[in-house]
Amino acid sequence: MAPASVADATAGAGGGGSAAVPSPPGSGRPRPRRGITATRPWVAALFLLPALILLGALVAYPIIYTVKRSLYDADGSGFVGLKNFGTVFSDHGILTAVRNNVIWVVVAPAVATALGLVFAVLTERVRWGTAFKLVVFMPMAISMLAAGIIFRLVYEQDPSQGVANAVVVAVHDTFTDNAAYPGARPRPNSDLKPTAGGSFTSASAAASGTAADLPLVGIPANKVPKGAADAKPAAPEPGKVTGTVWLDFRPGGTGKPGVIDPGEKALSGVKVQAVKDGKVVASAKSGKDGTYSLPAKAVGAQLRLPGSNFSGKYEGINWLGPTLVTPSIIVSYVWMWAGFAMVLIAAGLAGVPRELMEQARVDGANEWQVFRRITVPLLAPVLVVVTVTLMINVLKIFDLVYIIAPGNTQQDANVLALQLYLSSFGGGDDQGVGSAIGVILLLLVLPVMVFNIRRLRKEGRR
Amino acid sequence: MHRLKGKPFTATAGGASHRRATRIALAAAAASALVLSASACGGGGSDDNGKDKKTSSPTASASGSAAGGGENLQLPDLHGQKLEVAAVWTGPEQKNFQKVLDEFDKRTGAKSTFVPTGDSQSTFLGTKIQGGAPPDVAFLAQNGVLHQFADKGWIKPLGPAAQAELQKNFSKGWQDLGAWKGKQYGIYAKVSNKSMIWYNTAAFSNAGATEPKTWDDFLKTAETVFDSGTAPVSIGGADGWTLTDWFENIYLSQAGPEKYDQLAAHKIKWTDPSVKDALTTLGQLFSKTDLIAGGTKGALGTDFPKSVTQTFTGNPPAAAMVYEADFVSAFISANTKAKVGTDAKEFAFPAVGSGKAPVVSGGDVAVALKDTPAAQALLTFIASTDAAKIWAQGGGYLSPNKSLDFAAYPDDVQRSIAQSLIGAGDDFRFDMSDQAPAAFGGTKGEGEWKDLQDFLAKPSDVAGAQAKLEADAAKAYGG
Repeated sequence: MAPASVADATAGAGGGGSAAVPSPPGSGRPRPRRGITATRPWVAALFLLPALILLGALVAYPIIYTVKRSLYDADGSGFVGLKNFGTVFSDHGILTAVRNNVIWVVVAPAVATALGLVFAVLTERVRWGTAFKLVVFMPMAISMLAAGIIFRLVYEQDPSQGVANAVVVAVHDTFTDNAAYPGARPRPNSDLKPTAGGSFTSASAAASGTAADLPLVGIPANKVPKGAADAKPAAPEPGKVTGTVWLDFRPGGTGKPGVIDPGEKALSGVKVQAVKDGKVVASAKSGKDGTYSLPAKAVGAQLRLPGSNFSGKYEGINWLGPTLVTPSIIVSYVWMWAGFAMVLIAAGLAGVPRELMEQARVDGANEWQVFRRITVPLLAPVLVVVTVTLMINVLKIFDLVYIIAPGNTQQDANVLALQLYLSSFGGGDDQGVGSAIGVILLLLVLPVMVFNIRRLRKEGRR
Repeated sequence: MHRLKGKPFTATAGGASHRRATRIALAAAAASALVLSASACGGGGSDDNGKDKKTSSPTASASGSAAGGGENLQLPDLHGQKLEVAAVWTGPEQKNFQKVLDEFDKRTGAKSTFVPTGDSQSTFLGTKIQGGAPPDVAFLAQNGVLHQFADKGWIKPLGPAAQAELQKNFSKGWQDLGAWKGKQYGIYAKVSNKSMIWYNTAAFSNAGATEPKTWDDFLKTAETVFDSGTAPVSIGGADGWTLTDWFENIYLSQAGPEKYDQLAAHKIKWTDPSVKDALTTLGQLFSKTDLIAGGTKGALGTDFPKSVTQTFTGNPPAAAMVYEADFVSAFISANTKAKVGTDAKEFAFPAVGSGKAPVVSGGDVAVALKDTPAAQALLTFIASTDAAKIWAQGGGYLSPNKSLDFAAYPDDVQRSIAQSLIGAGDDFRFDMSDQAPAAFGGTKGEGEWKDLQDFLAKPSDVAGAQAKLEADAAKAYGG
């Protein structure tokens, strides 16, 4: 009813508006009351006009055009009916985007609101609460793009650049032993062949009397321990297996493979095992000059350098890999928006009557019960507002995904808004499909909007 | 408003004489173009070109345009005219090109501005054109885009003056690349030689490695470098296009130019055995994580700039070798302390199997999006040897302009790259992914870029990679 009368008024406003407005000052003075009531629809229309024109040009027209465009092909010349929507729902990449959007809508607002609630309730009781709130709210002042770039760096694979992996690697390395020479290995065509678990095992059996030397390569000059001694041939000991572990490389490639040339460095602390029929019968570590010596039991056994000597450096977590990329980006979103949730909820919290809480405490409720039974129910309207606002916000998430996801996992992190952009401008060059995705996004946002408006109306009536 | 409107008006009124001068210059250039094409029909060859230069210069000086300025190049007076030039370049490449624009402004009085287009170039230009405000001149990074735009009538054919310069200075292979359906649209003014591997000389001498000539030698060299404790090869796997370039070099050398052309036109499928061979060869490197700086994960997280800088910084560096085109030298000079020619050198991409060493090239083609005298004048200037000379002096630039004196290049490395490119004559092949539709060969996270990144992550799955490539290619080429 109301919209219809507004529309009528608008239709008439163009002709009569300009004439009607100047008349009241001149003729309306004797009977001001009647004058105002008579011109009311016109005035209302006049005041509404700029807004209506703006809304029409910037909201209504684009929506209608998008719906129309979604029924045409890539060129915009041929009518294709609902074919574009068929494409959307059969394209594997777009389905991933739909799935990711569902994850986003479910997880991101819930986590952000929950964190905001916790922050709001806790900061109320802390002396430095305001300072804390300021810090948590700070990310809101950063644009999505900047936040994206920040988190791109945070999730960098290289621990020396990405802070997330720096933490993970530091923690990991504190609790596990590091390999002495990560990445090292024997020459590919030497006696030592790669075996299970990253270890290397000699093909021939060890004998006493002749030195079983174990040459390794692939260790950067700056990773050889400082002050490492030159490698020495091991002295044969009767009844024992001896040999040298050393870095079989001299700058300029001047050394002979498999021969201890002068100047080649000894590798100390390398574990050497003697293996008979798959069982370790003896083990030793190479000394300062690279020599090791195994007891008589080792005679006739194969020599093995276990993988623990070389196990590659722990590389941290592949945050932006196919499996973790969406959760990682959601974390960055929560980092931005938890502050927003916190501020709104804190404002709501200020309006909660203290007496109820006091009452509950007097009645013997513990803090958790007060929070669970009093605070949360009283805050429910605010929580709903925050969650719904965030949901609408999350449905159109684009920037963070576009910036943070690297090229090879962009499709794994895909969301509808990004796919809309990619389909219409980023290589797909099919604005028909892009518009179809736009229409779908609109349909997804609508129920949330309707819910929000209804709730607002109810609130207004109260 | 009034003042703004008035200004250009008075400029044109007062500039009537300039207009005439322009027309004379154009006529002279057109005449020399006729002479040129006639002589080219007669027998061609550099000798004829030399003669033409001599004959055309008196005519040009006789027409006597005041704005001309340098040598025998005639440019109209464009005082008060504004010109917008769009290209993908940023950083040192953009700065370098700005010098060319500045010289153009100095000679003609025009005011030109440079607009970087970003990675999704066809989109950037497409929306600008559809919005009715295209830049005057654009450098298209992809050959396929030239065809696409020409079909839509978005780009204008070269004027006679620009064509004359083009025919004077460029070999037929390069001219043809800028033509479509019998019309000459573009000038390949800035090209790259994408068949070279750069290496850190200190890392090589430390390892006692030498420049390999064949793929097998290359892998052996990589092993030798690994022994020394330096990771051998740096791969910028975060940028899909570096991987397409790897593939193209191997494919061109192994399968030969005919197959290359067929695959580029999608006349053979990506499931072809020749593709399998090429991917298997590439897999010999990709599957040996020891040989890749940072391993597979590291390579996928390394973008092109980092893949270069990590090869030429630190002692020992993070990698000894990095593959990419000649423009790497500009990156090295700008972003590292290494000196090109002493600390950083290059060798030609090794020949694979029994094939010849490949010469894959890419380039940016200058086209006019508006048919204005200013746009045509800029194209004429871009095709000229004068522009190429200024451009070349900045480094990181390679011109297919055969009239350009090699002395213009700033260092021996750049000079030798240019010599090998000009020396290849018309035997080079143009970057395959740049010939493909953008959705397949030119979009982050899609098509060939994404498929080869997946292949880098899992080099054992050759058949799977082929199937995905074919599926994406079929979609992008339209069946």
